[in-house]
Amino acid sequence: MQSNVSIKNLRLEYGPVAVLKDLDLDIGKGEFLVLLGSSGCGKSTLLNCIAGLLEPTDGSIFINGQNVTWAEPSERGIGMVFQSYALYPQMTVEGNLTFGLRNAKVPKDEIKRRVAKASDMLQIQPLLSRKPAALSGGQRQRVAIGRALVRDVDVFLFDEPLSNLDAKLRAELRVEIKRLHQRLGNTMIYVTHDQVEAMTLADRIAIMRGGVVLQLAAPKEIYNRPAHKYVADFIGSPAMNFLDAVIDPREPLIARAGDLAIPLEHYDFERHGHTGPVWFGIRPENLATGDAANSAPVQVDLIAELVEPMGAETLVWSTLFGTPFKLRMDGQARIEAGDVVRVGLDPKLASIFDKSDELRV
Amino acid sequence: MADATFTHTTPRRIWPADAAGPRPRKRFSQRNIIIYSLLAVLALYYLLPLYVMMVTSLKGMPEIALGNIFAPPTEITFEPWVKAWSTVCTGLNCDGLSRGFWNSVKITVPSVFFSIAIASVNGYALSLWRFKGANVFFTILIIGAFIPYQVMIYPMVILLREIGIYGDLSGLVLVHTIFGMPILTLLFRNYFSSVPEELFKAARVDGAGFWAIYFRIMLPMALPILVVAVILQTTAIWNDFLFGVIFSRPTNYPMTVQLNNIVNSVQGVKEYNVNMAATLLSALVPLTIYLISGKLFVRGIAAGAVKG
Repeated sequence: MQSNVSIKNLRLEYGPVAVLKDLDLDIGKGEFLVLLGSSGCGKSTLLNCIAGLLEPTDGSIFINGQNVTWAEPSERGIGMVFQSYALYPQMTVEGNLTFGLRNAKVPKDEIKRRVAKASDMLQIQPLLSRKPAALSGGQRQRVAIGRALVRDVDVFLFDEPLSNLDAKLRAELRVEIKRLHQRLGNTMIYVTHDQVEAMTLADRIAIMRGGVVLQLAAPKEIYNRPAHKYVADFIGSPAMNFLDAVIDPREPLIARAGDLAIPLEHYDFERHGHTGPVWFGIRPENLATGDAANSAPVQVDLIAELVEPMGAETLVWSTLFGTPFKLRMDGQARIEAGDVVRVGLDPKLASIFDKSDELRV
Repeated sequence: MADATFTHTTPRRIWPADAAGPRPRKRFSQRNIIIYSLLAVLALYYLLPLYVMMVTSLKGMPEIALGNIFAPPTEITFEPWVKAWSTVCTGLNCDGLSRGFWNSVKITVPSVFFSIAIASVNGYALSLWRFKGANVFFTILIIGAFIPYQVMIYPMVILLREIGIYGDLSGLVLVHTIFGMPILTLLFRNYFSSVPEELFKAARVDGAGFWAIYFRIMLPMALPILVVAVILQTTAIWNDFLFGVIFSRPTNYPMTVQLNNIVNSVQGVKEYNVNMAATLLSALVPLTIYLISGKLFVRGIAAGAVKG
């Protein structure tokens, strides 16, 4: 895959605080990359650096093979969509769409052609003569996407574009963005703190924390084989269960948690023969109940302390060896608080992390 | 629930069982009567001087001599108004307040325009472009707002003399423009700080530069604060006496200075009716501005004040 945007050794400091720490990232042509992380992890900062809205302290940024580190935002061949839509309030929708093109002195008929194409694609032709104040949230964000679209650029940057919308609209526009990506085939870099958006949209997800990328991989890989305890904890809802466990050097294929001995013969090791104190992580949806539990390699009896029926599934909260333990059951399961549930646990589906460096074992 | 432990939660009043729609309210409750009578007294207290000026300016001198200042005029005459506007003497000039009025216009209009033009660009640059040393620059400007005028008057006189515009209208315009800078810059900076930063970022991605963003995006959005600035500056400059008397020569005196010269002249009979008319004429401009734009003013002040 040919790389389209590449970031080399990027560093950004505000006084003594380094927001981005020597970051390297290569984004392929036509790729949909999602930068995911909680607030303050540097994901928006990174996007602003790529856009040229923030000046990095060190390092360089390449777009289409050109070093654009010192280029103005408008010279980089990017279009950007913001969380607050950032539409110019006193201009009509058409004025908003054409503002950048008029600044760049694009010929009139070319502007017309591009506006027609973009408004057709986003179905905003009836809105062209309206002011942003007369639009709903979803329409505003469509116009904002249109404004990036008419620039006819290779790289689209999205800065939490759906965070201001309600849940239903968010789901709709998410699909629309994905469809847009399929149609245009542009490179898209998308910042979000919403794991559902990240999982559904991304070709690859970069999970960031404290100015560094913890893991950069396809959504499935991130979900199934998180490289870091933070990643495992961040992705998945409800979050992964973690048990305090130890792998004894004398029996490196057994993890002991409480009075439980978990055999690790079938566990897919990242670092073979690793021993010492570990976190044994297992997702609530990977726990077997009912008949399936009896055939699982490890079985535990849990007391259901709290039951949350959600329709399609039922969430059960319990405690195992002093730590909270969640499990996800079928929505039709008959269970009430106080019931004892037999739970089956398959080490093949688990993720184990070293306690000192929190990396995958 | 007749249980004794629950008595404190039972409602004090029983509402009718057929209650529907908005709850009926008494128009004249005890509280309202007190509030309204207090407001009426206060309003009267502040309006009384205006009333006295109004009636006095419409009386002839013999009637004023009777000494009954609250009585309405028995015979309404506009003579004092005409005299105050066109024939009353100050020093050697006997063309009335009209000269001062046009001087004030010539001072106020360019001063308001230039001070707002410069201050709005200042505020825009300080809040959105954050150049190096912006905070130091801003601090210096704000300190400027707290230095008493008296300290700067003499150096200013020398400065204007050296430039060669001391006594000219242009000198006075320059002084007003400079002295309006700190407060106006603060006003605009705070207003532009409340503009979402993403809007500014979007404009930069769209290839707009410093001036394009200012003229085509920020200025059209700044209408409320522009109104506030115009009102503040117009009233301040129109009402200014100190700079007017110091930085201009008698032919260029603004209306306020001329008014003072008329009212405080020691020769002849004090023509109270003419003085009152002259005073009302001078106050007319700021008064009209407040009346026309009161609502906009409050809205703009609130918009600029929220964020600091």
